[in-house]
Amino acid sequence: MSNIKYSAEHEWVQDNGDGTVLIGITDFAQEQLGDLVFVEMPELGTEISKGEEISVIESVKAASDLFAPVDGTVIEVNESLDDEPELINEDAMANWIIKVELSDSKDLDDLMNEDAYNQLTEE
Amino acid sequence: MVSSDTTLQVTPLHALHQELGAKLVPFAGYDMPVQYPLGIKKEHLHTREKAGLFDVSHMGQVIIKGDNAALALEQLVPVDIIDLPKGQQRYALFTNEQGGVMDDLMVTNAGDHLFLVVNAACKQQDIKHLTNYLAEPCEIEVLHDYALLALQGPKAAEVMARLDSESSQMVFMTAKTLTLNGVSCFVTRSGYTGEDGFEISVPNQHAKALARLLLGDENVEMIGLGARDSLRLEAGLCLYGHELDNQTTPVEASLIWALSKTRREEGTRPGGYLGAEVIMQQLANGVERKRVGLKPLGKMPVRDGAEIIDEQDKVIGVVTSGGFGVSLNSPIAMGYVPVKYAQVGTKLNALVRNKKVELEVVKLPFVKQNYYRG
Repeated sequence: MSNIKYSAEHEWVQDNGDGTVLIGITDFAQEQLGDLVFVEMPELGTEISKGEEISVIESVKAASDLFAPVDGTVIEVNESLDDEPELINEDAMANWIIKVELSDSKDLDDLMNEDAYNQLTEE
Repeated sequence: MVSSDTTLQVTPLHALHQELGAKLVPFAGYDMPVQYPLGIKKEHLHTREKAGLFDVSHMGQVIIKGDNAALALEQLVPVDIIDLPKGQQRYALFTNEQGGVMDDLMVTNAGDHLFLVVNAACKQQDIKHLTNYLAEPCEIEVLHDYALLALQGPKAAEVMARLDSESSQMVFMTAKTLTLNGVSCFVTRSGYTGEDGFEISVPNQHAKALARLLLGDENVEMIGLGARDSLRLEAGLCLYGHELDNQTTPVEASLIWALSKTRREEGTRPGGYLGAEVIMQQLANGVERKRVGLKPLGKMPVRDGAEIIDEQDKVIGVVTSGGFGVSLNSPIAMGYVPVKYAQVGTKLNALVRNKKVELEVVKLPFVKQNYYRG
């Protein structure tokens, strides 16, 4: 079983197994957004709840919201994206955006596995 | 991406865009390429370093024939058309009775006719406007059978010279009929990127072969509308519907340079165009707001529609175009502010998602213009 799950909003959520997760956007999402130029990070300690906007990802053309796929608290942000947001274009799965401490690990059960996500993007 | 809308029009290069893997989006009623697999950033940089090929066939190409075509067109633009020499091109604006801008356009004296290029989104309105005012003395013909390609960038001249060496005799804002790939094409040395380059009016049935020939040159890449927008923004050029609209005059738009001296108060043919009273009064007495270049401090882009506020958080202006200046590796914008805030170096704030982003008023263009003037 992979420890990576997916949301319908094209995010990936990696379960670290210690009550924390890393959240990034999928390759499909980066492809749709195009060249990224800025990622606006939430403040550390921000409480997030499912479906809420937590960050804004800006490409050359437009700004897009990142929606929280789980409930929890932001405990770390990927600071290397401040200077190099294009890292996400280069490898979306290897470059997480925020680290979140889960309020309830059962939230992960509501997310999709890789097969289900791939099916969604092929539609 | 939903692009199955059957009402969308296509250009003669549509199949080529698909073949090249373009992302197609609806734009001004056409299914147009916003980017190719290279992506907007690389397309932008390629145009600044070598040469980019753009399909701008969605724009309107109109010719006006008749002995008094220039005189007649002067009723609609605050620009000297009568003394425009043969083979010369000039930037112009259709004004309305209030002095606002109905569209911006290029006018070329092609000898026995005037050749106009107008914006895609405005072309139906412009054709109607031209017909209303000029149909009597002139003949107006819309060139539906011609595509328009733009080749832009420092290598454009070299690429064009290989197709027809006569292109090297042209300088910025001149026109010539060239033979490209065996086909007679009407070419101007101009564009919308701030770079040297050409716009090529080519019969529809020959457009694809010419595009392929140009793309065969190692210096040339196909460039989409995404990079076209970031290039023109860096070049400080207005986009209709953003910097220009029916409520905005050329004086407010910082386009005084486009108002020919001949058509001003002190000129030999003052006024005589729609909205002349308003525009001449503004030239004499000034305006309340004007278009300026804006540089957000920091990395966050400030987009079109963002409000500009003063020290008391009062809304004083608006951003009309904003994005990322790829060559500058920094966000850039243009917008309107009251004249007292329009001085270069003035610090202002914009509201982005209810947060303040500091902006500085800067000189336009953001990048040096590379036009070829001989």
